[in-house]
Amino acid sequence: MGLIYALNGLYFAAFLFLTSLGLNIILGVMGILNLAHGSLYAVGGFVAAYLIGLMAQSSLPVMMLVAVLGAVAVAGVVGFVLETTLLKHMYRRALEYQLLITFGILMLIEDLIKLIFGGESRYASAPFDAMGSIDIMGHIYSVYFLFVMTCALAAGLFIWWLMVRTRLGIMLRAIEMDREMAQAMGIPMRSLTIAAFMLGSAFAGLAGALVVPTTPAVLGMGMDPLIMAFIVVVIGGLGSLKGAFLGALIVGLTRSFTIAYFAELEMPLLFLIAVVILVIRPEGLFGQK
Amino acid sequence: MKKYILNPRAACYAVALIVLLALPQFITPYHLTLMETGLSLAIMGLGVNLLLRYTGLLSFGHGAYFAAGAYAVGLLYMYLPDHFSFENAILAALLVSAAISALFGLVCVRHTRVFFSILTLALCMLLFAVLEKAYHYTGGSDGIRVPIPLFFGYEFEGMRRFQFLCGPYYYIVVGIFAAASLTMLAIVNSPFGKILQATRDNELRAEMIGIRVKRYRLYAFIISGTFSGLSGGVWSFVNGHITPEICNWVFSGEVVYMVLLGGFMIFEGPIVGAVAFTYLRLYAVATTQYWMLIIGATLIFLVLALPGGITGGIQSLINRLKPKNA
Repeated sequence: MGLIYALNGLYFAAFLFLTSLGLNIILGVMGILNLAHGSLYAVGGFVAAYLIGLMAQSSLPVMMLVAVLGAVAVAGVVGFVLETTLLKHMYRRALEYQLLITFGILMLIEDLIKLIFGGESRYASAPFDAMGSIDIMGHIYSVYFLFVMTCALAAGLFIWWLMVRTRLGIMLRAIEMDREMAQAMGIPMRSLTIAAFMLGSAFAGLAGALVVPTTPAVLGMGMDPLIMAFIVVVIGGLGSLKGAFLGALIVGLTRSFTIAYFAELEMPLLFLIAVVILVIRPEGLFGQK
Repeated sequence: MKKYILNPRAACYAVALIVLLALPQFITPYHLTLMETGLSLAIMGLGVNLLLRYTGLLSFGHGAYFAAGAYAVGLLYMYLPDHFSFENAILAALLVSAAISALFGLVCVRHTRVFFSILTLALCMLLFAVLEKAYHYTGGSDGIRVPIPLFFGYEFEGMRRFQFLCGPYYYIVVGIFAAASLTMLAIVNSPFGKILQATRDNELRAEMIGIRVKRYRLYAFIISGTFSGLSGGVWSFVNGHITPEICNWVFSGEVVYMVLLGGFMIFEGPIVGAVAFTYLRLYAVATTQYWMLIIGATLIFLVLALPGGITGGIQSLINRLKPKNA
């Protein structure tokens, strides 16, 4: 059974990594801890569930592609609207206002989802069922979980490529290091912060879209992942891709094995790990400063 | 003595206290219980604001200490029903919340700014998870019932919950609220309060003139947590039932909202905010199922247009109306 627990842990780690990616980008580039990240994730989930329901007759790849792209696009657009209407006023404001406005956005989006999609849960397990399961060394395992792991890996590689190899990424990292200096160098701050927030939101949407085939989209579905993503970011270190990857693995595997052996300790243990790491290394495993 | 009688602020407090004490004659019993909720949350608002306004630390996890106070009351009833009285319960709430905030504070005060907020949030969720998972001891998500207590040996015999809340308990809440507010006022105006403000304004300079910054932050954290615990203890009787929900970070966020709504730059702000929030929330919930939309929109409006909150807005209005004779 150990193998299955390990695989479950990896799946959970993949999902956490995806969720924390966007949070990390926004925190790194904009310096804002986005409490509404979980709500953007929920937006992605609901849009994907809606599209999957709509496309019930289509073939699996088309269905998945439309659902994922739709969710990513909608979350990205919501991110664009939020940044250009509300958050753009917040960069010079004190921390408490930055946190509170994202808290306000969280409540706003939660109720808007209720208004648009209704209060009931949306099931969208078609892709999960269609992918079936395979035999891994005598254990039956769902292909969909492997698919999500691949997606997370691809997303991680994409972000790594973007941040390290492209001009856009170099400029984003420059902003992360020193805002004023970056601006003095002529880096277009406005458009890049918008881009960063959209990117972060789109990744939240992607994570939400990938999760709905396994669990139905329900109101408040973004709350737990948000907290988990915090833990991952905190463990890994602010703005560190490597850290988020390792943090997600630690959290994912710990969770899977504690659920298997001491189910009741699951959540407390995760928070405990985060706290212990922060006491030993306040900046997180791979954080700077 | 003369200093206090002529002080307009002291006069305002006296008037406010009289109004509070006379309130049961004017408003319905239902609104009276809401007022009790508002006043007990105000105690917590003051505690949160000691950290936010005077120490420069934004906690997003004070629900933990509120819950510590409330659960101290609930667990006392569950495990030591013979000793369950109001004074013991409040004492337990103070002690447990002080102990937990000391423990959590040790971890949190090593950080400032956004890391402090994340850490307080994470620790709050840690306690939330423990309260929910340890259902054999804490009743899990069902929570614990809190009955009417003995009050210094006096039994409110034959009194129903509602009667108790609208009658004697209101005055108890007002009394505790007044005592807590004055204590907090004394704390922020004491040399200790000034030290906290010095650490907030310039950590390095404070360290250089010999202030042990982290130690003072920890003291502030414990005081703040204990006020939240007191608030939780008082509130648990008003609500009559406690669940882990009060330890969820969303509740902690709502408390920060209250503080901001009232105006965190002014000492009395959190009190105004807590009462206003209690009523705002009630009306939002009563009028629409989309109450979060209303609360969220007000919050966003507040942050963008009225960052000083209600009291800050009133103050700037007064300043504008004053004749300018500089």
